[in-house]
Amino acid sequence: MSENVIMDKMGIVRALSRIAHEIVERNKGTEELVLIGIRTCGVHLAHRIAEKIAEIEKSEIPVGILDITLYRDDLLKRKEPPTVRKTDIPFDLSGKIVVLIDDVLYTGRTIRAAMDELMDFGRPDMIKLAVLIDRGHRELPIKADYVGKNVPTSKSVRIKVMLSEEGFDDKVILKDDQ
Amino acid sequence: MELNSKDLLEIKELSGDEINYILDTAVSFKEVTGRDIKKVPTLRGKTVVNLFFEPSTRTRTSFELAAKRLSADVINFSVSTSSVTKGETLLDTARNIEAMRSDFIVIRHPASGAPHILAKNLRSSVINAGDGAHEHPTQALLDMFTIKEKKGRIEGLKIAIIGDIAHSRVARSNIYGLTKLGAEVRLVGPPALIPMDIESLGVSVFYNLEDALKDVDVIMVLRLQLERQGINYFPTTREYAWLYSINTERVRLAKDDVMIMHPGPINRGIEISPEVADGLSSVILEQVTNGIAVRMAVLYLLSGYGERVV
Repeated sequence: MSENVIMDKMGIVRALSRIAHEIVERNKGTEELVLIGIRTCGVHLAHRIAEKIAEIEKSEIPVGILDITLYRDDLLKRKEPPTVRKTDIPFDLSGKIVVLIDDVLYTGRTIRAAMDELMDFGRPDMIKLAVLIDRGHRELPIKADYVGKNVPTSKSVRIKVMLSEEGFDDKVILKDDQ
Repeated sequence: MELNSKDLLEIKELSGDEINYILDTAVSFKEVTGRDIKKVPTLRGKTVVNLFFEPSTRTRTSFELAAKRLSADVINFSVSTSSVTKGETLLDTARNIEAMRSDFIVIRHPASGAPHILAKNLRSSVINAGDGAHEHPTQALLDMFTIKEKKGRIEGLKIAIIGDIAHSRVARSNIYGLTKLGAEVRLVGPPALIPMDIESLGVSVFYNLEDALKDVDVIMVLRLQLERQGINYFPTTREYAWLYSINTERVRLAKDDVMIMHPGPINRGIEISPEVADGLSSVILEQVTNGIAVRMAVLYLLSGYGERVV
């Protein structure tokens, strides 16, 4: 078993800073913009990006929390139902430009579930996707709009995003179990 | 964590951790019930059968809505229209329902233990929606959820349960649950309506209402179940109301922020005065709202089990 650091603390800061700039640039400002983080790491990343955008544009943008458990497509195939936590979107999504934020983009199934759930909250004008790491191996036709880093991987490895909000030192590691 | 059973039959068999896990899960489902679109696709393709051998509006509707908000299909069987009136046994009825590929059977029955018989003989998850004077686990769960939501905790709270303890499955389930979570439970009622040796469950017994209400955080009023008594346990309902009815004056003996609960349906003017039932301390309607979230949590947490044993 081996473990590689593929992104360190500064790497994460720079990647998030670039994503924040790109979001503002492509959106031409922050009007109608909302960030939705997917539990758990996506939420922390969303808050960090929102802070960065506040620095750049001097305007606060709303951040919501999405727990996609109830929309998973593998729920009834699992041995035990996974813990459900609260979705918290205290604002209307209709007419908004939503940037969904997750830590790692892999099969795309989480994002499918997230989009289905978002649609039950209203009709956003647009949904965009920002991820810290894109590791490939999509099983659905889904593509990220903002990517921190593309990491070509084999399916046997695991990628773990470790953040200070969860009590770790900021870094992204690649674990090979073989 | 997971629930260590295919069924939910009684609070007695659950651990404090399991109860808390159900209550925590229900918090997430309460958020779902507050959305504009109150529905998630979680139990798509699953079938929930409500099998009610006793009249019920609240509990049956609550289970039905809980199942529908999880996208399950729901069928309601009520005794008056089913083959039970033609002499079919309980188990035969249930087996026939299961032959239609049910995943959950929610049963209410006048005989204590009826849900246990189904649980032993069926592959479906069985949920007890009230069996005789035994237990009504989802009512106790929604009561505990409501207390925890309002007070932030259950441990250390003083909770008075008032009325017909002997015939109340709601009381029994709450006694098991609340004591497991560390509450101080006081039972109050006429001596004839309080079972012998109930103190062995870790509760204290009062026959004088005023003594029992001193400094309590929660007053849980039970319905006087006149239909379940058969013989007279007290002279008149007027005398019962005089001694045990919860009115404004008596509520003052409790803590200022006391919450008043009742599982419904209420007998206004008998066990509770209209001013109290409709007053600011009353959470009676919130209990009903919370019931859906709690039942969604129970259906969800039991949902993985079928695949595991088959």
